[in-house]
Amino acid sequence: MAETLAPKERPEATVALPPRPATPARHVLEFEKPLAKLEQQIQELEALQAQKQVDYSRELRQLRTNYTSLLRKTYNNLSAWETVQVARHPQRPLFKDYVEMICRDFRELHGDRHFGDDPAIKCGLARLGGHKVMLIGHHKGRDTKEKIQCYFGCAHPEGYRKALRCLKLAEKFNLPVVCLIDTQGAYPGIGAEERGQAESIARNMLEMSRLRTPILSIVTGEGGSGGALGIGVADRVAMLEFAWYSVISPEACSAILFKGSEGAEQLAESLKLTSGHLRELGVIDAVIPEPLGGAHRDTHGAAHQLEQYIAKTLRDLKRCKLDNLLERRYEKFRNLGVVVEESRRHSTKAAG
Amino acid sequence: MSQIPGESGPSARKNEGIPEGLWMRCPECEEMLFRKAVEESLHVCPSCDHHFRISARTRIEQLVDPGSFEEQFADIEPADPLKFVDKKAYKDRLKAEQTKTGNLDAVVCGKGFIKGRPILLAVMDPTFMMGSMGSVVGEKITRTIEAAADQKLPLLVVSCSGGARMQESTLSLMQMAKTSAALARLDDAGGLFISLLADPTTGGVTASFSMLGDFIIAEPKALIGFAGPRTIWNTIKVELPEGFQRSEFLEEHGFVDFVVHRKDLRSEIARLTDFCTAK
Ligand SMILES: [Zn+2]
Repeated sequence: MAETLAPKERPEATVALPPRPATPARHVLEFEKPLAKLEQQIQELEALQAQKQVDYSRELRQLRTNYTSLLRKTYNNLSAWETVQVARHPQRPLFKDYVEMICRDFRELHGDRHFGDDPAIKCGLARLGGHKVMLIGHHKGRDTKEKIQCYFGCAHPEGYRKALRCLKLAEKFNLPVVCLIDTQGAYPGIGAEERGQAESIARNMLEMSRLRTPILSIVTGEGGSGGALGIGVADRVAMLEFAWYSVISPEACSAILFKGSEGAEQLAESLKLTSGHLRELGVIDAVIPEPLGGAHRDTHGAAHQLEQYIAKTLRDLKRCKLDNLLERRYEKFRNLGVVVEESRRHSTKAAG
Repeated sequence: MSQIPGESGPSARKNEGIPEGLWMRCPECEEMLFRKAVEESLHVCPSCDHHFRISARTRIEQLVDPGSFEEQFADIEPADPLKFVDKKAYKDRLKAEQTKTGNLDAVVCGKGFIKGRPILLAVMDPTFMMGSMGSVVGEKITRTIEAAADQKLPLLVVSCSGGARMQESTLSLMQMAKTSAALARLDDAGGLFISLLADPTTGGVTASFSMLGDFIIAEPKALIGFAGPRTIWNTIKVELPEGFQRSEFLEEHGFVDFVVHRKDLRSEIARLTDFCTAK
């Protein structure tokens, strides 16, 4: 892992290493192309400087400044559709990456005790941010083999039922629950339907709404529909800055409303699926900032932000009386939705 | 199951809206039927028992004792919180649906009697934006659930819906959590919830209150599922089994208590409530 320099950059014995740590080539998103071009210029100049023993430090400083300001400008103005691409970036950290980066201990638990073990949802006992917790989350798989095993993070009913079993364990042993959501949606397949995909998601929402232990759910990447909400009923719901959360993916929405894929970009805006919009609507409680340029540029930075947020929020939640917590959890979801009601217009707020 | 010529698989049962005119064709057996005769048999095909989709008001008329229905939460209207636009603005879509159906949104709620037994009802309306659930549907169903807990009355929800309404995006999604949480409280209070599934019950509606009944009953051959057959077909590209995602299939797989012919609904609901309420 540490020494995977591209052959071209492999240094001569006497030449200093490039200033940035060497990592596998980063996948470049369409809107990141101008950034990639600047990065390449910097690398070429660095190589030239090393090769010719000339001082280009002034030029390099200028280029790096340009790069940072372009990075900031780009990421401060992402469209909804671009945000969806960032949330799906192949180098964005996945459940297992976060476990490795933020858990002091993780004992994975397998199986729903009814049918099988679904690798698309992982559950386990974890020590995290100074707390003992039940950690539950979607896992999309790192390599092709694992991706196929996990159906790219699209869970079957046994995944949701394993999560429910572990939620009940957490309740029994007074462990707070942390759920990391990252799925395009629950898996649409024959077996999933035969074994009650809908029932498993519905049951989880019902039981999570009354589970007698604090719950924290965080959308780390994709928050696709019921498949996300199946582990998303919580005392606090947060999103990483460039995650998305919606009733349907923009592509699936376009397939229905436009009978094709051409509406996806426009619908991504219409669906108001970004963390900023959802914070405004009150669907989520907090936005966890990502490092400049997104979690795929600095996975450790992103993991650190996540850990800080979890540690602090669990401290707050543990301080609440359980009955109050449950009352507030109910009210939180009870009040979501916007309707117009003539008879109550002057007596209640517009929401709920 | 008979096949419509030229069609097969998941798309075989479309165009089941209620056509106008004196005569109508049954999409199942293709017989030409006298409309009045169909209406008199509770909108069930007299020759093959195909259960036609019916509006919420027709459903209520069929279910409750004549004149016993008192509608509640009738003035709750949809807003357009996201200013959603696809090919058409959601606002305009709503207006057109309201004009077409005479209803404000896709659910009718209230109190009535079934064979003399008091009951609270929430009935979804497939004629309004395919019965989809947005804020209004979620809010009215939640209020009906809360009323059932408060008034200690049995609750019947008739599901008939394409799922969560895309035009309210995450707010629609949250109605799944909201209704499920309200049902947890009804359950804690010992309330009775009968969930009746009619054709179709799919998506976020199936994956919330529909599947949380103390009793889950379904009309014959209703499409019931989480993912739509077309979505599944597009994902796995494998021929779907005969009768896949129909009521009988769900009964066989353990997700529906029993399948009921429309003409027996009143007596079966009364029977269930008698077992579960003190008398
Ligand atoms: Zn017929």
